[in-house]
Amino acid sequence: MINPALNESTLTLASLAPAITEIALATGICAVLMFDVFAGRTWRYLTHGLTLVVLAICAWLTLSVGAVATRTVLFDGLYVADKLGVFLKLAALMATALCLFYSQHYLDRRRIHGGEYDILAMTALLGISVLISANNLLTVYLGVELLSLSLYALVAFDRDSGIAAEAAIKYFVLGAIASGALLYGMSMLYGLTGTLSLDKLALVSASHGAGFVIAVAFIVVAVAFKFGAVPFHMWVPDVYHGAPSSVALLIATAPKLASFALVMRLLVYGLGADPVLWVQMLTALAVLSLLLGNILAIAQTNIRRMLAYSAIANVGFILLGFVTADTAGYRAALSYTLVYVLTTLGSFGVLLLAARSDGEADELDDFKGLGTRDPLLALLMLGLMLSTAGVPPLVGFWAKLWIIQALLHTHHLGLAILAVLVSVIGAYYYLRVIWYMYFDAGREQTPIPRQAGTRLALGLNTLAVLALGLLPNVLLSLCERLIGAP
Amino acid sequence: MITLGHMLTLSAVLFALSVAGIFINRRNVLLLLMCIELMLLAANYNFIAFSRYLGNIDGQIFVFFILTVAAAESAIGLAILVVLFRERRSINVEDLNTLRG
Repeated sequence: MINPALNESTLTLASLAPAITEIALATGICAVLMFDVFAGRTWRYLTHGLTLVVLAICAWLTLSVGAVATRTVLFDGLYVADKLGVFLKLAALMATALCLFYSQHYLDRRRIHGGEYDILAMTALLGISVLISANNLLTVYLGVELLSLSLYALVAFDRDSGIAAEAAIKYFVLGAIASGALLYGMSMLYGLTGTLSLDKLALVSASHGAGFVIAVAFIVVAVAFKFGAVPFHMWVPDVYHGAPSSVALLIATAPKLASFALVMRLLVYGLGADPVLWVQMLTALAVLSLLLGNILAIAQTNIRRMLAYSAIANVGFILLGFVTADTAGYRAALSYTLVYVLTTLGSFGVLLLAARSDGEADELDDFKGLGTRDPLLALLMLGLMLSTAGVPPLVGFWAKLWIIQALLHTHHLGLAILAVLVSVIGAYYYLRVIWYMYFDAGREQTPIPRQAGTRLALGLNTLAVLALGLLPNVLLSLCERLIGAP
Repeated sequence: MITLGHMLTLSAVLFALSVAGIFINRRNVLLLLMCIELMLLAANYNFIAFSRYLGNIDGQIFVFFILTVAAAESAIGLAILVVLFRERRSINVEDLNTLRG
């Protein structure tokens, strides 16, 4: 059954415009790859700059050519472009560009900066944008795999590190199991409904009995794996700890936008006819993630492990937004995801810059005395940690507040109370970092590299956290425009 | 007469075997990769069975994509395994215990 509007005969060059992000990015990847191969030693240092240029061009094309006013479906229903998609792609482009910018110095210092690093980051980004625009189970699968395969390779990027290899193999095995579960769930969904299209799945009511529930359960398991929600979180701390810090930064940011899009496209839209099915599962995942993430984070002495458990706890918050199954909740989840990505970019950026002279910033103790060692960096970290802890007037506070409001509007009083309680527990370990920075004397005295450009970007990043906190309506109205008012 | 039920049972058995293999196996990472492959094949078998039953070609096309991605996936998995072996001189699952907490 082919929609006449999408028929092959009407496929013109102009009708491909909404897919410009992926087209430009794929072309850019090939160009950078070729450049890196033929540049030789003398010119290879330009690969990094070229990557940033490609990302900037992609962002510009997305805005000028790819912007769509209404929901547009392409490629026989495989691909969808809408306002939310365009915005998420821009956000992912920016997050990836910032990641690469922050990582440059760190990678050079550890001598693991090869052209493949930038190329793998771009293929991961391509996976993210395919996933954001997915309108068919096949597209969802291809997006997820393109993203995951690039990340597996990136985690093992430091070939001389035993823990990186161990983290990579763990991530790979668990990720592959998740893909297997996703596929098995999709195959059952296909068998029960006879379609792979999310448009058609959205019209099917869930009166299919036990088979349908099992199919949805398999898919939710896969989503939880990709998000890193408890009890499918085992890979998160290991990967954050074992991978080079810059890769942990990349995994902590842009893929979270992809996970958000995955839930929006697959569960909220595709299986939206009867949300009860997945709402219960997501509730359980959210509650477990909030409790376990926050409690285990307290016990960590390694700052990257601490941030990993904090990521798990924050995923719990994002999932709470979906539990409400109404637009207010989805908006709250979107704003929480954006705020989380923005804040994490900053805090990992500080971590990369403050890395020890041997190249890695691991232990919480390394942050002791940062307040006197480098007052500016400590000030930025202070702002970012307070925002993550949810202290007003920083934006992290509003993100948490909107989630709790959405929960209260849908009469989830218990969950709202839990969210407040775990926020209080969570504040402890964020404030501990601040305590270490300002009130403990540090052993390390070597000055932190100047890196004016990175510092400027980090400063702007933190300023954005503060500015959005002072003007929360900007973010709120943005989310309202993206996730449709009925 | 082989019915859809038979085929689905076979694929469910394959899937269960692969999951059991992953969680019971404590010795070799290579076996984990084989189990992962088996898991994808179970999903493939499901797709083909449904595709035939529904008279709808979409499922078989999906299988082509899965096979391609699975090939890329094992290539990356084996590459990581080589790096791991070079660093640790072992591919025992039990030796993967440096990262914990």
